[in-house]
Amino acid sequence: MSSLKELRNRIASVKSTQKITSAMKMVAAAKLRRAQESAVAARPYAERMERMLGSLSSAVQGREGVSPMLSGTGKEDVHLLVLVTSDRGLCGGFNSSVARRARRKISQLLSDGKQVKLMCVGRKARDLMRRDHGDKIIESYSELDRPKLTFDAADQVADKISELFDAGEFDVCTLIYNKFQSAIAQIVTEQQLVPFAIPEADESDEAASDTEADRSVYDFEPDEAEILDDLLPRNLAVQMFRALLENQAGEHGARMTAMDNATRNAGDMIHKLTLTYNRTRQAMITKELIEIISGAEAL
Amino acid sequence: MADTIEFELVSPQRLMKSEPVEMVVVPGAEGDIGVLPGHSPLICTVRAGVIDIHEGGSVKERIFIGGGFCEVSPERCTVLAEEAVATTDIDRSEADERVRAAEEALSGADDDGRAEAERRLGIAQQLKAAADGAGSG
Repeated sequence: MSSLKELRNRIASVKSTQKITSAMKMVAAAKLRRAQESAVAARPYAERMERMLGSLSSAVQGREGVSPMLSGTGKEDVHLLVLVTSDRGLCGGFNSSVARRARRKISQLLSDGKQVKLMCVGRKARDLMRRDHGDKIIESYSELDRPKLTFDAADQVADKISELFDAGEFDVCTLIYNKFQSAIAQIVTEQQLVPFAIPEADESDEAASDTEADRSVYDFEPDEAEILDDLLPRNLAVQMFRALLENQAGEHGARMTAMDNATRNAGDMIHKLTLTYNRTRQAMITKELIEIISGAEAL
Repeated sequence: MADTIEFELVSPQRLMKSEPVEMVVVPGAEGDIGVLPGHSPLICTVRAGVIDIHEGGSVKERIFIGGGFCEVSPERCTVLAEEAVATTDIDRSEADERVRAAEEALSGADDDGRAEAERRLGIAQQLKAAADGAGSG
C-alpha cells in the first residue's frame, strides 16, 4: 500500500490537472460559440456559390473547351487528398478520425492502382500521416487560424491547389474534413473539389427547385466560359474556407467535450484517491491505538 | 408581376442582406445592371463598385462591394461579393491606408504579381471613391 505522503502528492497533482482541463473546457466553450457563429454565417455564401455553379455547369454541359476543372482531365490516375485538421491536440478523436478516413481512402486508391498525393492543412494532419504516408505529402500548412481565420488563408490554399492542377499534378482532388454538427458530433466529410461535382438538388431547398425549370435559359455576361474561369477558382477558395471554418468550430466542440470528460474523470479519481487516503490514515491510527492498548495491557 | 424582387447579398463571412426590394442597380463587369422584378435570368460577373438599392424612386441604401458574381432570376437577385460594406460604414482613413498599401505593393510587384496588385489597387480606389460619395451625399 502506498504511503500517506505519496497519496497526498497524487491527489494534489490530479487536482491541478483537473483545474487545467476545466479551464481548457471553458476556453473551448467560449471559442466554440464564436467559431460556430462564423461557420453558420459562412454557409449561405458557399451554398449559393454551389447553386450558381450548378446552373452554370448544366448550361455548358457537353460543350467543347470547357475548363478541365469542371469536366475533369479525362482520367483519374492521380488523386490529391486535402486533409483538414486542427493544429493542436487534446481534442479527443477529432483529428484521428480524419486520419483514419484518409488512411482507408489511401489504401483503397492504392489497391485500385491509383497514385495518391497528400496536402495537409493543420499541423496534426501532417503529424498523423507522416509516419505511414510521409512520402506522399507534397504540401502542408499550419497556423492558418492565427491570429484569425480569414478568407485570404483559404485563398492561399486554394491558389496552391489550382496551381498544382494547372501543372497537371493531379486529376481528382478530394477534401476530407470534419463537418461541425454540434458540440458533441463532428462528421468526417469527403467532398470532391476537382472536378467540380454538381450538387444534387435538395428537395427541401425551395430555391433549388424553383430555378430548376429555367436553368437552361440563363443569359451570361460576359460569356459562360469567362465566368466559369473566374468562378471555379473562386469556388475552390470558398469551399476551402467553409471547410476551415467547419473544422475550427468542430475542433473547439471536440475539445470542449474531451475536456469535459477529462474533468469528470479527474473528479472521479480524486474521489477514489481521497477514499483510499482516508482509509489508510484510519488504518494507521487504529494500528497505533492497538499498539498502545496492548502495550498498556502487558504491564 | 410582383412589385418587389428578393435581393440577397452574401459575403464569405455572412449573409449581409436578404429582403424584398423594388429595384437594385448592380455594377456588372460590362456595365451597370438595373434589376427589376421579372428580370430575365442572368449570371454575370460584378466589378468593384457600389450597389444601389432603390425604393420609391430614390436610392434607399448604398453598399460597396469588392467584386464578385451576380445571379438574377425573375423573382430573385443574388449577389456573391468578395467583400461588402455599407458606404456609410466605410472608414475613410482605412480606405486611404488600403490605397497606399496597394500602390506600394504595385510598385514593388514583379510581372507575376502585377495583375493581382493592380486588381487590389482598383478595389481600394473604388472603396475610397465610395467613401467620398457617402460623405458628400
